[in-house]
Amino acid sequence: MLTTKSFIKKNKIGNVLKNIREHYLRNDIFCGFDICERCSPANSYLSSTHVNNCSLFLYNHYIILDTNVILDQMDILDENVIGNVIILHTVLQEVKNRSLPMYKRLRSVIENPSRHFYVFANDHHKDCYLPQEETELINDYNDRCIRKACLWYMEHIREARFVFITDDNANRQRALSENIISVSVKDYVTHLDKAQFLEDKLAKHDFHVKVDAEGLFPPHCSTFQIHNGIKESRLYQATYHASRDNYLEGFAMVDGFEDSILLQGRSGQNRAVDGDIVAIELLNQNEWVAPSEMILEDESIADTSLEDALKKEDELKTVTHKKKGDVKPTGRVVGIIRRKWRQYCGILQQDGSDTSVYQLFVPADKKIPKIRIETRQAAALRSQKIIVAIDSWPCHSRYPNGHFVRALGKIGDQSTENEVVLLEHDVPHNQFSEEVLSCLPKLPWIITDEDVEARVDLRHIDICSVDPPGCTDIDDALHCRPIDDGNLEVGVHIADVSHFIRPGTAIDLEAAKRATTVYLVNKRIDMVPELLSSNLCSLRGGEERFAFSCIWIMDKKANILHTRFHKSIIKSKKAMTYEEAQITIDDKNRNDSIALSLRNLNMLAKILKRRRLENGALVLASPEVKIQMDSETMDPIDVEVKKLFETNSMVEEFMLLANISVAEKILASFPDCAMLRRHPEPPSTNFEPLIKAGKHLGFDIRIDTGKNLAVSLDAAVRDDNPYFNTMLRILATRCMLQAIYFPSGMYQKNEFFHYGLAVPLYTHFTSPIRRYADIIVHRLLAVSIGADATYPDLLDKRKSNHLCQNLNYRNRMAQYAGRASIAFNTHLFFRGKIQDEEGYVLYIRKNAIQILIPKYGLECTLYLAQKGEKSAFFEYNEEDQNQSCGNIVLHAFDPVTVRLSLDSNNIQHEKFTLQLVSPYIEGFSVPPLNKPSRKQKLEDTGSKSPPEAKRKKKSRKH
Amino acid sequence: MSRKELISEIGLRLDGRRAHELRRIRCKLGVFTQPDGSAYLEQGLTKVLAAVYGPHQVRGNRTKAQHDSAIVNCQFSMAVFSTTDRKKRPRGDRKSTEMSIHLRQALLAAIKVELYPWSQIDVYVEVLHADGGVYPACVNAATLALIDAGIPLKEYVCACTASLANNDVPMVDISHQEEIIGGPTLTVAALPMSGKVVLMEMSQRFHLDHLPKVLDKALQGCKDIKTILDEAVRRHVEDVGSSSGWGNTSEKART
Repeated sequence: MLTTKSFIKKNKIGNVLKNIREHYLRNDIFCGFDICERCSPANSYLSSTHVNNCSLFLYNHYIILDTNVILDQMDILDENVIGNVIILHTVLQEVKNRSLPMYKRLRSVIENPSRHFYVFANDHHKDCYLPQEETELINDYNDRCIRKACLWYMEHIREARFVFITDDNANRQRALSENIISVSVKDYVTHLDKAQFLEDKLAKHDFHVKVDAEGLFPPHCSTFQIHNGIKESRLYQATYHASRDNYLEGFAMVDGFEDSILLQGRSGQNRAVDGDIVAIELLNQNEWVAPSEMILEDESIADTSLEDALKKEDELKTVTHKKKGDVKPTGRVVGIIRRKWRQYCGILQQDGSDTSVYQLFVPADKKIPKIRIETRQAAALRSQKIIVAIDSWPCHSRYPNGHFVRALGKIGDQSTENEVVLLEHDVPHNQFSEEVLSCLPKLPWIITDEDVEARVDLRHIDICSVDPPGCTDIDDALHCRPIDDGNLEVGVHIADVSHFIRPGTAIDLEAAKRATTVYLVNKRIDMVPELLSSNLCSLRGGEERFAFSCIWIMDKKANILHTRFHKSIIKSKKAMTYEEAQITIDDKNRNDSIALSLRNLNMLAKILKRRRLENGALVLASPEVKIQMDSETMDPIDVEVKKLFETNSMVEEFMLLANISVAEKILASFPDCAMLRRHPEPPSTNFEPLIKAGKHLGFDIRIDTGKNLAVSLDAAVRDDNPYFNTMLRILATRCMLQAIYFPSGMYQKNEFFHYGLAVPLYTHFTSPIRRYADIIVHRLLAVSIGADATYPDLLDKRKSNHLCQNLNYRNRMAQYAGRASIAFNTHLFFRGKIQDEEGYVLYIRKNAIQILIPKYGLECTLYLAQKGEKSAFFEYNEEDQNQSCGNIVLHAFDPVTVRLSLDSNNIQHEKFTLQLVSPYIEGFSVPPLNKPSRKQKLEDTGSKSPPEAKRKKKSRKH
Repeated sequence: MSRKELISEIGLRLDGRRAHELRRIRCKLGVFTQPDGSAYLEQGLTKVLAAVYGPHQVRGNRTKAQHDSAIVNCQFSMAVFSTTDRKKRPRGDRKSTEMSIHLRQALLAAIKVELYPWSQIDVYVEVLHADGGVYPACVNAATLALIDAGIPLKEYVCACTASLANNDVPMVDISHQEEIIGGPTLTVAALPMSGKVVLMEMSQRFHLDHLPKVLDKALQGCKDIKTILDEAVRRHVEDVGSSSGWGNTSEKART
């Protein structure tokens, strides 16, 4: 059964080493055909009834694919048209080595029985294996193996016909000469029956070749040159980040450089797309320039108008060469090490002509360049949001070439835009599969005697929950009662989600993948199915629910005397809103147990908060708004900043306390694999804008410790500008790094610190319904108190780390998605409205001022000059960071009044246009509008406050 | 875990074996004439020579001799050319010493030492090529050499490694390539007929839940190896026996 073939490999690990590996060839690898008599039936999806209809061939046939077809034309393979495909193991391995995402997509196709794909392990088959010849390149060798396998199949199954599809001309020629029927993908797809739509999805790699075209971009270095360059430290490897504001600028962080490296202009960027891993060459120091601080957008329509691009670039150059002040290390991209292209959402360029097959595609993400695609349905697609993939970017082409993947829906529709937001942020949002739903408990759900046995019965205690109005996934409840010795017993009860979601089940894997519930303005994408999130796990008032309780004994000064954790059964007496709870506390006439316990809780919370702030916890701010939706049309009807009650802070304090207590407990039990949350101290360079801004107004912001920062932020108050302190805090928030989950074994103990909260240990325990991290923490805690059993992956440090990375990524994306959704709905709300609003200057730029409008939490840009032109009115003072016109000087934090309107010219990126109202500058400003503000109007028409749709639940951000 | 999958979706390992398959084992008894017993064993590319001297009088320090049993002396060494990096010292380093001790422990469990009081048995093992599973190969070769030397054993002592691919699938007989890529390796030396485990060692941790199935795999591997060794021994005896006319002197006398 075993035959051995050894082969020699040379490996370079410092010196040349000889590696010998065994390679077993087998006779038990089968062809996968059920008609074959020589082979045992293999587990194969190949079907004798599926018919591939291609007019090039008059007979049914099986398809063998070359690697390049899979790498480049995956969008075609994803469509359920081509079936009966044999994937050779050689090809599969090559795909895996070249591109992991493609490999994953291919796997999902292979695993789908209805697609009739079969993997044939030709490299271990005794008749298909070929030894690699000494001078042969690996690609040639693979091609030879593929052809050998084709020949074997033709010989092995004479009843069937095989077609070998490859885009490699040389390989195709050789295959034809060996009598293998072979075609290119393009020929094959264009001749497919009833599949014209596939043509648009063909990736274009070689179209539009202008031989005489002068190379627009410098050519990329070869892999070999890059490799050597990096070795000799001439070149640097880095991830390319495009600038959001200026399409001609990008940055890359390189180890060993304090600043990121600036990559400017067409030749500097040299076809890098945001996220690519590139090789960078540093320019001579005398060629270094400063970032332009200009806002530039690519506005060209036709890809032929090169002059426009060149002009812009020159303009950029003149700007950047003038200021020699703070030059940054500047470099240029000389080669691409790895493309990180994905699929992009966007629209077709609106003013292109419908008759042309070449269209420009404008991605929604401003960091991505426009993409040229070929389509015959331009007219139909023009009003749609579509998805496009990039195929190639030759050096004579101004834009990358791509192909159309699919349409999402009409531009501007809520559902389409939600879909775009979800796709752009990589949020898994499909329906829960049958397999997942089958993991749910059967209704009616009852508490069995065993459950009562295993849990502490707290049903007699007066527990209540406090949440925002309209909240359906209540995952925390509180109680507080005096005990005999004059101390207080405080309990935090968290929904016991881990009771329903058992490790390793389909529902667990799905939740781990989703990682978090995503809140859009009018839609909630649940992490767990609704039955759990809004019913069985939700600690609703008056219903018996399972909880994981954290109970402290505290004295009246909020010192913790004793902590214990146990699983429990609770019955919440009442689910209250923040407002209700506040009223209950304030109402002196109410003295029932709930009111008393709320008052006690509030009293303790205040002490806890004060103590926390004294320890140096930061109070940060970000402009958060709430959007009121019309219940029927789902149109936004008002935008306002969230209201905060004392009770918000009360609940928050106890959640923080519970999280900290749990973190200590699980770390003690699992020093190696406890899932914690750390918030690293930001590097001091991050604070530069904050310090600068403070200095201009005479405040010294100290950043050496979190405590000093908190103190100096508290001290920075101006009587003439009540919003000043908040704005400073908003700036401070932007200096912060993201807090992340991690398994405790991956970091040193002193790195566990949570900077924002100023606690040495922190984790997430209190929201298992909407965060997967909390579920893991629940499981860890359950094990450490002996309430549950451990399982392998829970204690595997590396697996936990892998999981944490996914959680961090999904959380970040969920946050961005939420913000994007709010931005879209704010735009929707302002459509067709013009109004004057109070705002404050946040940043001063060279040709613009960024203004914050607190009422709507908006941050918009007021252009002082047309792009590229020098402002006729304002004088930019770089030293003091101000813009002046005559005796009117605008500094950061100055109050202004602006007229706000929505510019819908660019239907993909609707943006606010601002016009200055006050201070009034002759010729530049506009007179104030004298009409009643919208808010009053609303009150006139009736004060019925409209119900909210599913609303964002909480804003605890720690 | 590791980026590279130890076992592909179609159930083949990197070198083309399935999870339950051993590498090819080739072995020969009586390769040297000088020692009392010797054997050569290839397990995949791992190649090992074993030589046994004894039982003989205790040499050197006589005080070591025991009144009720033989002392077993093991020496493990690796040829300097056995690994990709040329080794500095063939024996006497920490790893070799440890190997010697482990080897002794496994062999002691099988040799009927009580039959040879005041005597000594020397087992020398030399690795010619290391490609994963060095220890099991040494144990297996030593067993063959002991049999060749005619030293009474309770039964075969066999060793085998097992590991966990993709943190889920147990697989047997780990090659060097798999060792460096992947997960924890469990080495088991056992008396396969009675199913007794005489030595067990792990290179890393894995969750306790996985242990039974990995151990099962390793023990199954030991049994498979025993079958192969047994066959080799029978063949050897046949060869030696037939060439010497099965030591049948009476027949010679009759003719």
